[in-house]
Amino acid sequence: MTLTHYLILAAMLFAIGVVGIFLNRKNLIVLLMAIELMLLAVNLNFIAFSHFLHDAAGQLFVFFILTVAAAESGIGLAILVVLFRNLSSIDVDDLDSLKG
Amino acid sequence: MDLNSFAFYVLATVMIVAALRVITARNPAHAVLFLVLAFFNAGGLWLLLQAEFLAIALIMVYVGAVMVLFLFVVMMLDIDIKRLRRGFWSNMPLAATLGLLLLAEMALVLSTDYFGATAFPDYVQPADYSNTKELGRLLFTDYVYPFELASIILLVAIIVAVVLTLRHRSDVKRLDPAAQIAVKHTDRLRIIQMPAEKEAD
Repeated sequence: MTLTHYLILAAMLFAIGVVGIFLNRKNLIVLLMAIELMLLAVNLNFIAFSHFLHDAAGQLFVFFILTVAAAESGIGLAILVVLFRNLSSIDVDDLDSLKG
Repeated sequence: MDLNSFAFYVLATVMIVAALRVITARNPAHAVLFLVLAFFNAGGLWLLLQAEFLAIALIMVYVGAVMVLFLFVVMMLDIDIKRLRRGFWSNMPLAATLGLLLLAEMALVLSTDYFGATAFPDYVQPADYSNTKELGRLLFTDYVYPFELASIILLVAIIVAVVLTLRHRSDVKRLDPAAQIAVKHTDRLRIIQMPAEKEAD
């Protein structure tokens, strides 16, 4: 096993996340999930380099990314719930009330 | 092929297939479950990379808490999937072009000699090495300020989530505990002075 295997795998996961954002342009909840996939790819890179360089600091950064990702998805889902309560829809196209 | 490579390829294949299903699943609840599968396989890959603490934390904290939160929200919302899926594949040509371009660029950069096909150094940890202990030591010495900041971020997230979803309905009669406590006996009972009345003859 080489470092490149893990880096390419993380790159594939990241690209899938980007494609997911394009495909699920309307569905807010799957957009959040695509962001989770991209964060997972970044975390995989951090851990691969941490193992490669024998530096536990990389694993600590994954720890902090997990914290921020949990906060992000918690707030994102709260916004989603409020949005659904007001609009009865999570379609991104319906979020145009600021458009003149 | 040794056991390590075999485990890597199995976990990586399942993870990529699960990730593809996450972004293409028709039902959002299925997408969440496929994301759980992807996280489980990522946990396995992290175990291969000797990050034991984070692998368990990913599965227990992330799958156990965050993904369950996703599942709760998906099941709570009554969404019109047909409307959301309209025009789903029309974005595919652009998305596939961009995704493949991104992947090709990253693969070209990452597979150069700089990172190279360099195998992981053949380093054996001492028998009494504990990944959790090492992370804990770093977390409470060198990285104690980032750790405190992370806890503040979580606190802010808790308050924001509660404040955002808190709802006061005005069409329902409810008790106000603060007003109940603040009430005084003079608000409830009024003693009035009046002359005694004599019964008429």
